[in-house]
Amino acid sequence: MPAEIPANSVGLVATQTFTHRKPFLLQCGVSLPGFKLCYETYGTLNAARSNAVLICHALSGHHHAAGFNSMDDAKPGWWDTCIGPGKPIDTNHFFVVSLNNLGGCNGSTGPLSVNPASGAAYGPDFPTVVVRDWVNSQVLLAEHLGVETFAAVIGGSLGGMQAIQWAIDFPDRVHAAVVIAAAAKLSAQNIAFNEIARQAIASDANFLDGRYSDGVIPEKGLGLARMIGHVTYLSDDGMREKFGRELKSGNPQDLQKSADIEFQVESYLRHQGQAFSRHFDANTYILMTKALDYFDPASEYADNLVDALAPVQAKFLVVSFTTDWRFSVERSKEIVDALIAARKNVASAVITSEHGHDSFLLPLPRYVEVLRSFLGRIHADVNGGSQT
Amino acid sequence: MSLRADLAIIAELINDDARVLDLGCGEGELLAHLQAHKSVNGYGLDVDPEHIRVCLDKGVNVIEQDLDEGLANFPDSSFDMVVMTETLQSVREPDRLLREMLRIAEECIITFPNFGHWRCRLQLAFLGRMPVAKHIPHSWFDTPNIHLCTFRDFENLADSLGFPIIERRVVDHQHAQSTLGSLLPNLLGPVAFYRLGRANA
Repeated sequence: MPAEIPANSVGLVATQTFTHRKPFLLQCGVSLPGFKLCYETYGTLNAARSNAVLICHALSGHHHAAGFNSMDDAKPGWWDTCIGPGKPIDTNHFFVVSLNNLGGCNGSTGPLSVNPASGAAYGPDFPTVVVRDWVNSQVLLAEHLGVETFAAVIGGSLGGMQAIQWAIDFPDRVHAAVVIAAAAKLSAQNIAFNEIARQAIASDANFLDGRYSDGVIPEKGLGLARMIGHVTYLSDDGMREKFGRELKSGNPQDLQKSADIEFQVESYLRHQGQAFSRHFDANTYILMTKALDYFDPASEYADNLVDALAPVQAKFLVVSFTTDWRFSVERSKEIVDALIAARKNVASAVITSEHGHDSFLLPLPRYVEVLRSFLGRIHADVNGGSQT
Repeated sequence: MSLRADLAIIAELINDDARVLDLGCGEGELLAHLQAHKSVNGYGLDVDPEHIRVCLDKGVNVIEQDLDEGLANFPDSSFDMVVMTETLQSVREPDRLLREMLRIAEECIITFPNFGHWRCRLQLAFLGRMPVAKHIPHSWFDTPNIHLCTFRDFENLADSLGFPIIERRVVDHQHAQSTLGSLLPNLLGPVAFYRLGRANA
């Protein structure tokens, strides 16, 4: 619980809901009869409606990116380090929109929602959703909010993919795209990790092909999926630094008492897995990892990313982290090289960090500074004047 | 703010709407100028976090990339001009980089501090010490300038690589064109300025 709200916090925020009441055709050919998106906004939309920024979340993210929903909250939103007054995504300058994507499990329409056709939860029958579907639904949310053009669309990992898709599909509605620790498509290795995670979930006896009920959920399988994911989001060095080979009890003789060996790292991972599986939906996890796997904008252009990026008008910032092996520096360089070849405006930064893929969520000083500089410039651009 | 004189010379030589790659772009003065006045499609490479930050502030297309790791990611003839100001002396393989520059563009511009300048010669000859000057301010043990050379050295290199010199200029410490230096560049010219082209087929 925050004893008091910090001065550089967006403060108490209320989650809002946008309801789209018309049929919404997905890329897979299935039409949803309508949908609901949970979102939050921070800052104020200016009179010119030019200062809106869209935050796109990653695999397990949601709409609550900054501030506190109540004074009882133990922690602020997931990207509170970067969003707020005076922070890089400065709410004194920008009107920040953050949503829970379609197919999510934090209030937006997804596998947990009731399928009007059956009267029961969609569960595994929720249609396949791809990044482009998210972008299309975000466009409708933007229109609902009176935002025609985003000053910036920003995202890390799967969120970065949404920023890329935005810049390709709606070139005149994105002034800048900030793509952090992302890739233009997943590598086979990356898809493999997602498949292991999905198989971990599917192998849980409680999964029941996705038709589990409220009371009995595939907690172990989802926890295991998260453990696998979590290891790939850290780096070898980072884990050595954090856990080394420390035993939980600190006493090697205790090992004989239990076959359940207790290195610190094991205990940490189990805790992460358990905590995650209690608040996240397994069907959503499968859906989100599939969206990651399918993302490949170049596939529509004979695998030529340069051609795929041809419509782009946005200025890009591409950020990667040295020890991120799940979305490596090389994957970001592919995006940068393709943007240069396509003659687009792009800047890039490679941040030295020992924290692997998770770096994109951390307030690393140089990372924060890079975001601040780029977005400071974008703010000046959309205000049509010099930097303030 | 007026543009540094050597950069102004370079800016004159670059056509409107050209595609320009600036190796070791520093704080992005040249590219910011070219973007604003010549609507070029320009990118700068640098690795210094402070340089990159300043470039981002200016809205310059700065790419974090180490020149010593090569330029293989840039296709042949993908740029109109590759520029490298005061950076040649600090790269690991200047000869390889020169070849890369003229693979990527038909022309390149290079400036570097002339190690054959009389002040350098005097320091080495009479003080017996590695020269330290305004444009090469580091001591020998902590200098990034690992490949200092003179006008003559550079011309020998260009010749051995078969790259014709389109233009040579001499600039002084204030980066203004130096008349005196033009007479005896290797002795009197503090900063060398070269425009090179590709070998004639």
